[in-house]
Parts: sequence; C-alpha cells; structure tokens
Amino acid sequence: MAGKKERSIWVFGDYRDYFENRVTLQLLSRANELAGKIKATVAAVVFGNNVDEWVGEYIAHGARKVYVIEDPALQDYSMETYSILMERLARKHEPEIILVGATTFGREFAPKVAKKLGTGLTADCVGLDINKEGLLVQMAPSFGGNLLAEIVTPVHRPQMSTVRPGTFQEIPHDNQAAGDVIRVPLPRDLPKDRLRVISAKRWEQTGQRLEDAKVVVCGGRGMGSRAKYKKLFELAELLGGEVGATRPVVYSKWVDEEALVGQAGKQVAPEVLFSFGVSGAIQHTAALSEADFIIAVNKNANAAMMKMADVAIVADAGQLCTALIRELKDRIRH
Amino acid sequence: MSDILKLVVCIKQVPAVSELPWDAATGTLKRDLAEGMINPACKHALEAALQLKERHGGRIVVFTMGPPMAEEVLREAMAMGADQGVLLTDRAMAGADTSVTSFTLARAVAGVCPDFDLVMCGNRTIDSETAQVGPQLAEELKIPGAANVHQLTLSGKILRLERLSDNFLETLEMDLPGLVTISTREYFPRYVSMEGIQDTFDKGTILSLGAKDLGLDINLLGSKASPTRILDVYSPTAKKNNVVLKGSPKKIVEELFTRFGDKIGGVIRKDIKKADT
Repeated sequence: MAGKKERSIWVFGDYRDYFENRVTLQLLSRANELAGKIKATVAAVVFGNNVDEWVGEYIAHGARKVYVIEDPALQDYSMETYSILMERLARKHEPEIILVGATTFGREFAPKVAKKLGTGLTADCVGLDINKEGLLVQMAPSFGGNLLAEIVTPVHRPQMSTVRPGTFQEIPHDNQAAGDVIRVPLPRDLPKDRLRVISAKRWEQTGQRLEDAKVVVCGGRGMGSRAKYKKLFELAELLGGEVGATRPVVYSKWVDEEALVGQAGKQVAPEVLFSFGVSGAIQHTAALSEADFIIAVNKNANAAMMKMADVAIVADAGQLCTALIRELKDRIRH
Repeated sequence: MSDILKLVVCIKQVPAVSELPWDAATGTLKRDLAEGMINPACKHALEAALQLKERHGGRIVVFTMGPPMAEEVLREAMAMGADQGVLLTDRAMAGADTSVTSFTLARAVAGVCPDFDLVMCGNRTIDSETAQVGPQLAEELKIPGAANVHQLTLSGKILRLERLSDNFLETLEMDLPGLVTISTREYFPRYVSMEGIQDTFDKGTILSLGAKDLGLDINLLGSKASPTRILDVYSPTAKKNNVVLKGSPKKIVEELFTRFGDKIGGVIRKDIKKADT
C-alpha cells in the first residue's frame, strides 16, 4: 500500500440496547472534538444484520465514515466473531484511537480487541482529552471513585478506551450530514464460534430486584431504631425504589438479610442512591461502586460514606428521612 | 487424559478499607498500610468453582499475583475448599496493567495447570474495577471467554451459562477449555471460620513462583512492559463537586430539591417541581 494512512478515530457502533443507551452517539460527538486536535477523521464501525438504520444514525450524529460488515451470520452480538472482525479491520486501517462504550458488551469486547492488537486499554473512562504531545489522555476512576487516574498509551497503537455512558453529550441529529459507507464483506475464514448464543431475551423484570432498582434507599445503624428504619420503605415507595441495609442493621433484625447490600450481600447499581446513617465500611461500599449519584445523610460529616457521596447532608438520618417524605408527598402531584 | 475436572480460579487481594491511605506527594496508594481481603467477585468465582467440584468432583487450583502478603487470600481460598494455592510474586511483576497481568497469569496457568478445563475469575475488582483481566486472560490462553456469568451448568465438555448483558438475559454454550468471569449476582460465598484458615497451614504449602521460576523475561513484566502509563492519580473528592448541605432538615430538603430536583425527578419519572402557588 502506498502513502501514509489517513489518521482516524474509530467509534464502535454499539446499537443493541439503543433506546436505553446512546453511548455510541455520545462518543461520536467527543471523537469529533478530539479529531480537530489531531487532524483525524471520525469513523464508526458497525457489525450485524440489517444495520442500515444505525449507519444512517451514526452519520447524522457525526461519523464521516462508516465501516460496515453486514451478514445474516452476524445477527447475534457474538463476542468472539465481533472481536476478530474488529482486530482485522484495525490491522488494515490502523486507526489512531478506538473508543468503545462501556456497556456490558463493550467492556468485554474492547479488552479482547486490545489484547489481539497488542495495545493498551483504559476502562470505563469518565473523561477524554488530547495532551500537547498529541496523546489521548484517559481519565478513569479507581477505588470505587475515590481516585481518578489519568492514563496514556505512549507507544502502542491504537489507543483504546471504554467510556462510561453519559460522559459526553451527543451532537443533535443532522439529516443533511454526509458520510462514506464502506462495506466490507464477511471474511470466509472465520474460526468456528466456541461460544454460541442459545438465546438472548430482553430482560423483563418481574417485580423489582434491589440489584436492578434505579433508586435505592440504604439505611445503616445511624437511622437509630427499627421503627425509624421502617420509614425508609415509605420513602422508597414514593421514589419507586427499593430498600437496602448494612450488616449491622441486618444483625439487629431491623430487616431481613435479603436487603443486605455489601460484600456478602447484594451489589446495587442505581441511578440515585440515598444512604441514611451509613458509616461506609468497605464491606458495604464495595457493593456501591456502580451507583451513579449518591446522596448521603449522616451526623458525622467525616464518615467514609459522606466522602464518597455527590451530596453529603450533615443531619440526623431519621429526621431528614421524615422531612424528605413530607416534602416529596407535597411535591408529587397525583 | 484423565477425566477429573480441573478448575483454575484466579483471585485478587484488595485493600479492606474504604479510604485507602494515599500519598499525595507521590500520587501512589499506600497499599502496604491496608489490610487485605479477597476481592468480592473473586470469592463468588471460587464459590462457583466449589459448587462445580461438589457436583462433578475435581480439583481446584487458585492463583493470585501480588506481594508476599497476598498468600493470605490463598489461605482463605484453601479454607473454603480449594486444593492448591499458587502465589505469583516478584518485584518485576509490580505495576502491571491488565494486558501484562493477563500475560503473566496466562504463563503461570499454562505452566502449572496446562490441562485445565475451566478458568474462573471474578468479573471485576473493587480497587481498579477494569473488568479487563478475565477477557484478556482468555485471549492469552486462546480459549473462549464469557464475562459476568451468574449461572453455570456443565455437561461433558460443554458449559451452559447464563448472564445479564445490557438488559438482555443471555444463555450461551461454551466449548471447554474456556474461561468465565463470575458476577456477584449468585454464588454467594460460604462462610469460613478463623480456625478453618488456621487449618490450611497444616493442609499444605503454597506454591510461590517468581519470574525466573516461570521462565519469564522480566522485560515482559510489570509496569515497564505495560502499554498504558499512569500520568497522574488524584482524589476526585477534592475536585468532585461534593456538595455539603447543612441546617435544619426542612431547609436542607428544600435546597436538595432546588439544586437536584430535576435530576431526582428525571430518575423517578415524576414531576417534583414545586407546585405554583
């Protein structure tokens, strides 16, 4: 092949859970901003069957190029096949950067691709930038969000990141946007899949589980008494959430072991976590690292739980719970 | 080939404190000051291995890479029922990123248990939270891998597994040998008493291996071989907009809704803006 390859930033087209998750569009947006700093073009990469809808969508949201491998054999999201296809495309076109949404799929797919390509990968980034050396600076949380690391891949290429959904804002849909669609045939020499999808059903929740709840209200011994702890159920009902507990609360039999959130209990991943009277022992906080937004209430402003909260409320947990219930009842119009 | 089921479980020791002592001057974690424990998801992986062994028979070898004190987690794993512990410890291995960690683990697994049927890891650790070592270890070992599994059924050389992935409940079938990472959704770990841990000291020794024992070039190990480099580590709590609210409960609640009402309302899909008066 003659001449220098065009610099490019690739975004993996993760469309499976589209309406819940627009991370691909968010990454296309950020990729465009980064591309300006290193004079690169932005491309999306899409694998699957009947993917025209997504190809159009990615162009409308900032992709100037879309690589497409379309085949009935790619109907299922196949971890093995998709990672081999990505490896081959990347070896051929040598992108400078590959960004993958930190979806469940992306966080398994990207490590496999990075390993196949012999390059580095930074997980679950909450920020991306280009430094003065032209390197991708990847901001990744560590220790349950207690620390943030800035990571680069100085030598190996491509530079790869998975990026937490919601980190960036998508560019508004532009019907006029144009982009090149490059169709690549499915290679015929793919190895037999050693991991086969038997079924993939949309996960329908039958009665909300604590692990799946979008709102979790967690109480610790700081609630003061069993009776006060029970108020958390009223609050959770107003919020459409579920109630969790720390180990001491379960020991005190304020609630069943079912509600235990922690190392020996359940992991939660709510969009909002209310934490009442919880000190924040690691056995509990280890199960909270996927919580997006934490509102903690504690008399002790220095409690570990308060340090990891987005909003730390210094108050008596029981009293604040009562005030919150009253205010919510007042505000929620039926 | 013998038909005894050979299971490998890779575990990690993580600090058992929520606020790790952290040296602001050097930007490094003072790991040596913290008590260690088995990473929660790794413990679930071990529990899943123990249940497979109880059902099908077999042998469980547990690997960990870390400083000499990481022997503790191997002792705990043996107390839970693992048959052997292998500690990979060498100064040259320190500071490895996930790519080099998976390389090192793969070489050790291939050296000590080349005829394994299934490698099991936790789906993620609570300290670095990358969730990358499992999938990359599968690549290194050139075997199929499946992450975030919460149910396993073995029949012959086929493993049927179930996992939740982006709002899909997937049922998959994997040819063995293979690798799974186990989520914390099921396989709640059994309880181990202190006496149980004490007893493992009579039960057997831990195999301790360094780079030389594994025949590994130290230039391929640790931080210097890692493709990624950490430029800076800082505490985001200093930079994070950690909003502190104080005052009477009523005032606090009002302020909470003024500042975060849209966010909370968005999540619960209810309009909680103050009614016009």
